Amino acid sequence: MASTEPAVVCSGLVRRYGERRALDGIDLTLQQGQTLVVFGPNGAGKTTLLRVLSTLLRPSEGDASLLGSDLRKEGWKVRSKIGFLGHQSLCYGDLTARENLRYHARLHGIGDAAARIEAVLEQTELSGRGDERVFGYSRGMLQRLAICRAVLHEPQLLLLDEPRSNLDPAAIEQVEPLIGAAVGRTRVIASHDPAGGLAEADLVLGLRNGAATLLAPAAQVTTEQIAELYR
Amino acid sequence: MSAPRPPSALSAARAVLYKELTLERRAPQTLTAMALFCASAFVIFHFALGRDEVEGALASGVLWVTLTLAALLGIGRSFVADREEGGLDGFLLAPAPRTALLIAKATTLLIFLLIVGVFASLLFSILLLGPTPNAAQWASLALLILLADLGIALVGTLIAGIAIQTRARDLITSILALPLLIPLLIAVTKASEPLLSVGGGTLAWRWLALLGLYDLIFGLLAYALFDYLVED
Repeated sequence: MASTEPAVVCSGLVRRYGERRALDGIDLTLQQGQTLVVFGPNGAGKTTLLRVLSTLLRPSEGDASLLGSDLRKEGWKVRSKIGFLGHQSLCYGDLTARENLRYHARLHGIGDAAARIEAVLEQTELSGRGDERVFGYSRGMLQRLAICRAVLHEPQLLLLDEPRSNLDPAAIEQVEPLIGAAVGRTRVIASHDPAGGLAEADLVLGLRNGAATLLAPAAQVTTEQIAELYR
Repeated sequence: MSAPRPPSALSAARAVLYKELTLERRAPQTLTAMALFCASAFVIFHFALGRDEVEGALASGVLWVTLTLAALLGIGRSFVADREEGGLDGFLLAPAPRTALLIAKATTLLIFLLIVGVFASLLFSILLLGPTPNAAQWASLALLILLADLGIALVGTLIAGIAIQTRARDLITSILALPLLIPLLIAVTKASEPLLSVGGGTLAWRWLALLGLYDLIFGLLAYALFDYLVED
């Protein structure tokens, strides 16, 4: 990466749902090429953090910038640089996998998308069923297609919410070249897997009731500390 | 792969429109429901009014009440496919202008309304309408349907954009859309009345002008507000 600008900077980031503070004053800085893994029990604010960073939710208070662009003022700039993988595939059941990817390619302004679409489908072993409607896909196939969609435009920053859920060991290996550490992209990953998550983290964030109870370099964090978040 | 460049509003709108029409072609639920509703409504009117034929103001009222309620079905289904598996988020995550969604959704709804409008008018003329309109009156009626459907599509997309972010979305569609459509309904029923009368009549241009003005105002309103409505 040529730029030394941090990939993610959050300062006093708050997100409220009514009276409840789903994110409660998050401060963090993530350098480019690094991986931040976010741990925390259900409802701790992991998904909300990823949705705020993806521009799907507006922060209620505080500031955040991604790759030098302000989330509030330059959302359109941020969107071309991020790949978001959430709990839903964001694909249409009555379209085929190829049609879904072509649709997202056009929305991202990818000119020569055909080769890229075939490459990601090949990588996830979906190309043989790429002309089938997506509603017939298993959860694992849908997750692989969602990963294809998230990385289609080769984003600089990946926001991944439990990216390996619904995937069998073989599928996990297939998607590694797309979302794994070797890709070299900056990643923010929400995870429930203390050992696996810690292994790929540069920075660890532990959330509880929306607040950061743990923020440290991965080398200084133990699996016991992460397990403690869930007690 | 060459570096992606954010698409223009028209380019993104074409992508969304193609997706919308493909989805309806694969599973034609909206058009089928709207057409079936119109056919059922005409049969109900036939028995409820206790007459074989209608004309003038009554004919105009029956036709446009039926078309408006059928339109509500279409408006209510505008974003159904986008809610399943988060398709709307897929659009919102792209660097495409939000206006593209308005253009595509309104155009899709307009296409559906025009198809149903043609189907319902022909069915109405066979089942209920007493006088037989001549070619000029059919042409005038077609112009009215186009202008009214454009207004309904714009208001409908605006309302559907509001409703998508709420839990009571089905309720909101009807509650907000019908009052906003009242001026359009008055204009189009008044304008249609002479065309559906015994002896025939000509189009009242002032009502047509009112329809055009309505379309313009809601077109500008939708353009100004839609971005804010679909975002968080």
